[in-house]
Amino acid sequence: MREKKLWLIITFHTTTAAMAMEKLCAESSLEGRLIPVPREITAGCGMSWRAPVECRAKLVQAAEQAGIAIDGVYEIVI
Amino acid sequence: MIYLDNAATTLHKPQQVIDAVVHAMQSMGNCSRGTHEGALDAARTVYGARANIAKLFGCERADNVVFTQNSTEALNIAISGIIEAGDHVVSTDLEHNSVLRPLYKLEAERGIRLSFVPADKRGNIDYNEFESLMQPDTRAIVCTHASNLTGNILDIKRIAETAHKHGAIIIVDASQTAGCYPIDMRRMGIDVLCFTGHKGLMGPQGTGGMCIAEGIEIKPFKVGGSGVHSYSKTQPSEYPARLEAGTLNGHGLAGLSAAVGFILETGVEAIHNKESMLMRRFYEGVKDIEGVSVYGDFSCDRAAIVALNISGYDSGAAADELSQAYGIATRPGAHCAPRMHNALGTSDIGAVRFSFSWFNTEQETDMAIYAVREMAR
Repeated sequence: MREKKLWLIITFHTTTAAMAMEKLCAESSLEGRLIPVPREITAGCGMSWRAPVECRAKLVQAAEQAGIAIDGVYEIVI
Repeated sequence: MIYLDNAATTLHKPQQVIDAVVHAMQSMGNCSRGTHEGALDAARTVYGARANIAKLFGCERADNVVFTQNSTEALNIAISGIIEAGDHVVSTDLEHNSVLRPLYKLEAERGIRLSFVPADKRGNIDYNEFESLMQPDTRAIVCTHASNLTGNILDIKRIAETAHKHGAIIIVDASQTAGCYPIDMRRMGIDVLCFTGHKGLMGPQGTGGMCIAEGIEIKPFKVGGSGVHSYSKTQPSEYPARLEAGTLNGHGLAGLSAAVGFILETGVEAIHNKESMLMRRFYEGVKDIEGVSVYGDFSCDRAAIVALNISGYDSGAAADELSQAYGIATRPGAHCAPRMHNALGTSDIGAVRFSFSWFNTEQETDMAIYAVREMAR
């Protein structure tokens, strides 16, 4: 079984916002990828952005600057 | 076949539209249903389609682009999701049944009241009539951007100003203009823009949608699977999921996105100019032929449509002869626009509609002029 570790998880209200986040991160060379929202988190649309926890500030700031509405930001072991 | 029935659907599509649909059918999973590569491919494609549509129509947010099967479905959702019992609505004689029937349905079921701005024999309206028909409880003006019968265009910016001045909103049917006439929601003041994907946008049939301005609330017409908030008993409140229950036509939307990409690359102005040139070439070629009656106003900018009748022919018989003897595809009959035909005085015979697209040529147009001239002899 894959070893669990602490990850940053960003959730979004809509799939459109999740896709916009993916596009933004690809264009800006920001870390992470889309994963299904972990079951520990009940909010948001079905997709979330998973990245190393140390990327938190950079990712949240980039999303805000791009006008991408974030639902929640979590640090959980998955 | 010389295809001049583009107001019904464009038959010739850009090659990239066909390629995109084929590729999508080989690679796409279900949008918003998981994050494996197939699902993500679908989500990226649908997101790309929303972003392209938002850019084309000046819609503030890609989230506010909602996909439907066509503009009829978009108009049904917008009209039934905004207009409430007892509201008053203003519309026009130019409307297609995709506007008229949803309004008549609410008149019967919710007791809404309807007023129509009349059209004259050339299919023109007096814009001052909107002002005189507005009432304190007028919820919306619902109107077409261009008549699907005459091709006459309405000044949407002016109508929107009247609506907003009276605290109402404007819902626009852009079936005949989307993709082939410049539309900027913000500049024109449009609250809900309903469009179909398979006409001027040159995408696949079964695609269409609406662009919703910020702050406009539309109740869901259908509810069900959204891929998100699965344990909630109600549909998600955010656009577009609020209005998009069930799996989208992802394969079609891949084609629509490619079509809008083609239009953005080519330029809506360039497309409009070419279609207008062909339409005016045809009009100039047939307007003075004895026995030919042309409908509509050609003195100003318009959609690439010419409706006419040829003396001695029922419109159905004329279209059949055009098809059988000359290989020219046109649309006869009533065109789902009963009030427009009443205004033109053509309720009994209908009209033959010639409509032009980016892919038509001057040679095809001249062949159509020749056919009309021969038939009128």
